[in-house]
Amino acid sequence: MENQKKKVSKQTRASFINYGIVIAFFIIFQILSATGNLGSSLKGQLIPICSYVIMALSLNLVVGISGELSLGHAGFMSVGAFTGVVAANSLSSAVPNGLIRLILALIIGAFVAALAGIVIGIPVLRLRGDYLAIVTLAFGEIIKNVLNCLYVGIDKNGLHFSLKDEASLHLEAGGRTILSGPMGALGITKLSTFFIGIILILLVLFYIQNFVNSRPGRAIAAIRDNRIAAEACGIPVTKYKLMAFVTSAAMAGSAGALYALNFSTVVPKKFDFNTSILVLVFVVLGGIGNLRGSIIAAALLTVLPELLRQFRDYRMLVYAIVLILVMLITNNEKAMFFINSHVKSIARKLRKEGV
Amino acid sequence: MLSYFINGISLGSVYAIIALGYTMVYGIAKMLNFAHGDVIMIGGYMAFCSSAYLGWPVIPSVLFAIVVCTMLGIVIERLAYKPLRDASSLAVLITAIGVSYFLQNAALLIWSSNPKAFPNMVNLPGIVIGDIQISSVAIVTIIACIVIMIALTAFTTRTKLGKAMRAVSEDKGAAQLMGINVNATISMTFAIGSGLAAIAGVLLCSAYPTLMPTTGAMPGIKAFTAAVFGGIGSIPGAMLGGILLGIIEIFAKAYISTQLSDAIVFAVLIIVLIVKPTGLLGKKQAEKV
Repeated sequence: MENQKKKVSKQTRASFINYGIVIAFFIIFQILSATGNLGSSLKGQLIPICSYVIMALSLNLVVGISGELSLGHAGFMSVGAFTGVVAANSLSSAVPNGLIRLILALIIGAFVAALAGIVIGIPVLRLRGDYLAIVTLAFGEIIKNVLNCLYVGIDKNGLHFSLKDEASLHLEAGGRTILSGPMGALGITKLSTFFIGIILILLVLFYIQNFVNSRPGRAIAAIRDNRIAAEACGIPVTKYKLMAFVTSAAMAGSAGALYALNFSTVVPKKFDFNTSILVLVFVVLGGIGNLRGSIIAAALLTVLPELLRQFRDYRMLVYAIVLILVMLITNNEKAMFFINSHVKSIARKLRKEGV
Repeated sequence: MLSYFINGISLGSVYAIIALGYTMVYGIAKMLNFAHGDVIMIGGYMAFCSSAYLGWPVIPSVLFAIVVCTMLGIVIERLAYKPLRDASSLAVLITAIGVSYFLQNAALLIWSSNPKAFPNMVNLPGIVIGDIQISSVAIVTIIACIVIMIALTAFTTRTKLGKAMRAVSEDKGAAQLMGINVNATISMTFAIGSGLAAIAGVLLCSAYPTLMPTTGAMPGIKAFTAAVFGGIGSIPGAMLGGILLGIIEIFAKAYISTQLSDAIVFAVLIIVLIVKPTGLLGKKQAEKV
């Protein structure tokens, strides 16, 4: 009993440290931008950082907590992004307030992405391991491909959809096109704010941290650790896996809407296989199943290409080498032993000297 | 109709050759080698350089591409994958993605992002049957695919090295106990897979003559799905999966929609996997409890 109490408080403490990191991040950047110390390129990165942090957290729910490899996470981001844009655009006269419109767009984006998650999850979650990975990859590509051909317009009769071209939307006079196939969404009104991004991160973090310690969360962890044993204990495997998958899709959808409403144009090609991989890299480098690691890795690695600007053309090459080296070092027992023992001995020395 | 069919088989043959590399590496090392598509691209550039800059004739430049890619495969395996042999499969996957980024960006620095016009490697007249014209590239691709298929089957069933390869993919520990050098066998598998990737690169670029640092990415992903389609780890499965995928793609392009053809290809893959989760020719493995 004593032991259990201690453990719970440790988890709660870790959760609060995570909220603290996010809030501190917000305050630091608010102060920096208020005093004018924030470069314009970094300022433009703030909302993308927020959406990538949410992406990494939500993928961590699938990869870390549920233990399934998903290679199509950008597909949900894409669904959320474009439904968010369509929603924000079509509500522009009904809801004049930008903030409320943004919140509605985020909710609608999350909802439609969750629907996509259900449609994809039901067949996909019957597969295991690498097959699941390849099917999620395929779904990501299908979503990208369909959005690449999707035309959406609006006039006084409501929304019009077409998979052919702009002319077949049959818009009446005064109508406008919102999505135009491979060109994506043009002329988006920027609604996203850094503040809402931070609030969204905190909400997602709050949900996941509590979810992990709930009954379904523990059931999902049990399925990850030993599916057969969990099944034998009467845990409905597909139901819980689907729950994690759909929740994760909804979060990715809201991240997508946040991302899209920060730019004036968004193209479907932005959310391709490489974006899925990018988010997976955040999760793996941050530590699979470790939420704090995901937050830090997503924030740092989104900024890293900016920081590597001095290497100019070599920056992506350096990025690739850093990625390979980190993977090699963290998976090498000798190297990790070396690093750990040195870190410990330095810490011990510091403690002895009373610093 | 028939000409679509032949084009489909020809494109499918390229996918099949690439898929063989994926499937062999997966069968033996249980890893998804995402850098395979970029080895194809390097193969294409090597053949391009040796023929366009050095003015070599066709066969030496193709051989040159094969040799470079084989060496590249061995080096990648030795530096990036071998230290991770006991690591989790996700760690290996991310490393493979790192290698893929590395190769793409290295190619971007060396050859820039401007597409290069690939010289026609197959300078033979096409065949005309009735009113159907079949390009010589398509014929050479199909023949190459058949030759590779026969050679590989003979290699894995008849030679000692091939048998060692199959033994390692079946059970690493037992193979080691039987005196098979597991590490050398895995290296050899990478070498063969990368050599095949070079051939695929040349054939792919002959059929679609634009060469860019990202040329290998999409065919790589498609060939990978082809390997899964046919049952990953199975050599005839990769062949069958590749050719079917090629035919489906060409027919989807011709009869349904050019833009949606990729979506259709992937949708077929998903349907196959839902009906038969181990792929067309994959073996179902019993689970140990």
